[in-house]
Amino acid sequence: MSEIHAQTVPFVRETMLPPSAPPRSEAGAVRWLRDNLFSGPMNIALTVLGLMILYVVFQAVLPWLLHSVWNATSLGECREIVARTWGPDASGACWAMIRERWPQYLFGFYPADLYWRPTLAFALLFVALAPVLFSGVPRPLLWFSAVYPMLAFWLLWGGSVWWWVMVIAGLALTYAVFRLAVLRLGAIVAGTLAVVLLAAWSVYAVAPLSGRLDQVIPAAITPVASDRFGGFLLSITIGVTAIGGSLPLGILLALGRRSDMPLVKSLAVGFIEVVRGVPLITVLFTASLLLQYFLPPRVQFDIILRVIIMATLFAAAYIAEVIRGGLAALPRGQYEAADSLGMDYWQAQRLIIMPQALKISIPGIVSSFIGLFKDTTLVAFVALNDPLKGITQIVRSDINWKGIYWEPYVFVGAIFFLICFGMSRYSMYLERRLKRDHR
Amino acid sequence: MKRSVFLGTVAAAGLVAGYAGAGTLDDVKARDQLICGVNIGLTGFGAPDANGNYQGFDVALCKALAAAILKDANKVKYVGTSGETRFTALASGEVDVLIRNSTWTYSRDTDLKFDFAAVNYYDGQGFMVKKELGVSSAKELNGATICIQTGTTTELNLADYFKGNNMTYTPVTIQDDAEGQRQYVAGGCDAYTTDASGLAAIRATLPDRDNHIILPEIVSKEPLGPLVRHGDNNWGDIVRWTFYALVAAEEYGVTSANVEETASSTQNPEVKRLLGVEGDLGAMMGLDKDWAKRAIAASGNYGEIFEANIGAATPIGLARGLNAQWTQGGLLYAPPFR
Repeated sequence: MSEIHAQTVPFVRETMLPPSAPPRSEAGAVRWLRDNLFSGPMNIALTVLGLMILYVVFQAVLPWLLHSVWNATSLGECREIVARTWGPDASGACWAMIRERWPQYLFGFYPADLYWRPTLAFALLFVALAPVLFSGVPRPLLWFSAVYPMLAFWLLWGGSVWWWVMVIAGLALTYAVFRLAVLRLGAIVAGTLAVVLLAAWSVYAVAPLSGRLDQVIPAAITPVASDRFGGFLLSITIGVTAIGGSLPLGILLALGRRSDMPLVKSLAVGFIEVVRGVPLITVLFTASLLLQYFLPPRVQFDIILRVIIMATLFAAAYIAEVIRGGLAALPRGQYEAADSLGMDYWQAQRLIIMPQALKISIPGIVSSFIGLFKDTTLVAFVALNDPLKGITQIVRSDINWKGIYWEPYVFVGAIFFLICFGMSRYSMYLERRLKRDHR
Repeated sequence: MKRSVFLGTVAAAGLVAGYAGAGTLDDVKARDQLICGVNIGLTGFGAPDANGNYQGFDVALCKALAAAILKDANKVKYVGTSGETRFTALASGEVDVLIRNSTWTYSRDTDLKFDFAAVNYYDGQGFMVKKELGVSSAKELNGATICIQTGTTTELNLADYFKGNNMTYTPVTIQDDAEGQRQYVAGGCDAYTTDASGLAAIRATLPDRDNHIILPEIVSKEPLGPLVRHGDNNWGDIVRWTFYALVAAEEYGVTSANVEETASSTQNPEVKRLLGVEGDLGAMMGLDKDWAKRAIAASGNYGEIFEANIGAATPIGLARGLNAQWTQGGLLYAPPFR
């Protein structure tokens, strides 16, 4: 049998054949291209169309970018250099303008010898933000974050340090009184007391006390008036302050809107709906024009402060609605669980509701912040020197740079993109970090 | 924190309000600073330079005022105003005087309750076209596309002019000067229309300026001048006569260089009165007798200011035209100092 077998079955394969390479048309770049770009008539048409659009855009922009001029003293000189180097019909970007004017784009008319102050304030901003944004940073740094707003305003506007020390003292005093009173009198009475105390302190104590202290120990740095602010210094000052102020205000408004107390509820609803129903530009005009009529004549109420307050209120209304969305997404059981643990309203909000609601709302909150930051360019309409329109207008009114069009927009747009992209990336990081479901 | 700042500001506002009510001159003297509303950015007339210092034809008048009142041309705070905020800034008292190429019109003078102290620049709306269009008069622009800023008096003037001449046009609306310039250069419109001084500045910066012409027709009157609030006539007088001191100085050949020498050597009784050598004209409006001398010394007489900022020697290269002295066929005519 065995011989027969050996004759009838001359070869038995004992190992598997190695898999052969796929046909060339089904592998590598060709396969990828076929699958992703040319999988059907519709897809082919779209790909070709897309390539054509890309070609048109690059054909227009690329030579312009490649012919950039960095060293010139006027637009005319830029054009001359481009014409000399690349022929009379070539067009080129004139970044020499940015090179000459970038301090103005960053700081506006802030005195040049004091540039270190906004720069330091900006650097410290990250120190102050670190413990808020990242959990790995030592907690005591949070105290610095709490003092930072006062420190930053002092660095930016200058003047006596005692004024701000008195403001901090007032806040600390208010907080202490609140903590003492809240145990005996309840939250509402203690809160009212604290607000009254803070108001009285601001009106009657801050100025005289700081003036007195100034005479004893002079500690003042050169004051800088608001009209010297401009460029990204202005945008970031307004943006960061409004962002920092609108989040707590927005949370309060969102809670107010979901409150059972009719007065609180209708006030919150009224505020949110009115502010959201009015364009920001109207709010800014109100800040700049109408407020002047309501105040006594010849009174100066700092325009940047007015704009910051209005921007904060405006953003708060939007944040409130975003957070309300987060609150609405929480299952009813979470509220009931908090109640059944015997927590009071604020404890429940602080420990159970808000952490979850805020986590849900992160994308919405951050996109509101990004929108707010970009909206700071609208202050150009109330004659503040925002980087996009204000400073650009000033640069263009210089006879040397008159007629420059795209370069300032590209430059300012790039910086805005960097900042907004950074915020967006952080929000994605935060979402990943706070993810509690294991999908 | 914000609340405390707010309340603090309101409290300060209340305090300051107590002092308000005196005349603008007293306010300026008490503050030791003149607050001058100027243009944020108009080439040659008013704009901050690379160091943030305001320069220009309108700004020079602010300096002359500060020199006349406060004896120092640098005691000025410039408030940049936009087209939207300028009149509110003046009406609300945010600025003492507005010198921002604002056209003197009936309704602004009466309804808005301002006083135009004088006219420091006689402007008018003109047209700029490319030479290749083959047009030499605005009357030949029938059917043209015209770049025009929206919401300005120029838009209304344009409509009036074309209607009056039985012509039609297609407007290309633009937001600001820079956009208009780009549209015009890119061929988006046949003609660009705005104030003639602005056209000259734009033409000066075009790479091929010889291929563009400014048509001879001026289709509107745009008397630009400093303005103050109603109700403080003495302050209006100070602005008016400081300006006329600069105009008269040009007429009598007094310049920033020779003002001291002229004061001691002149035999002309009018110049003597102007420079405070004879009489005491300054006291009549609450200033000292050297006020005009300092105003002239600040940036020169009207002619010097014109030449330094927008005149033929500058890149903008405006001719004096209507803004020449009356003796030269212009409209500048300072009333007598007596």
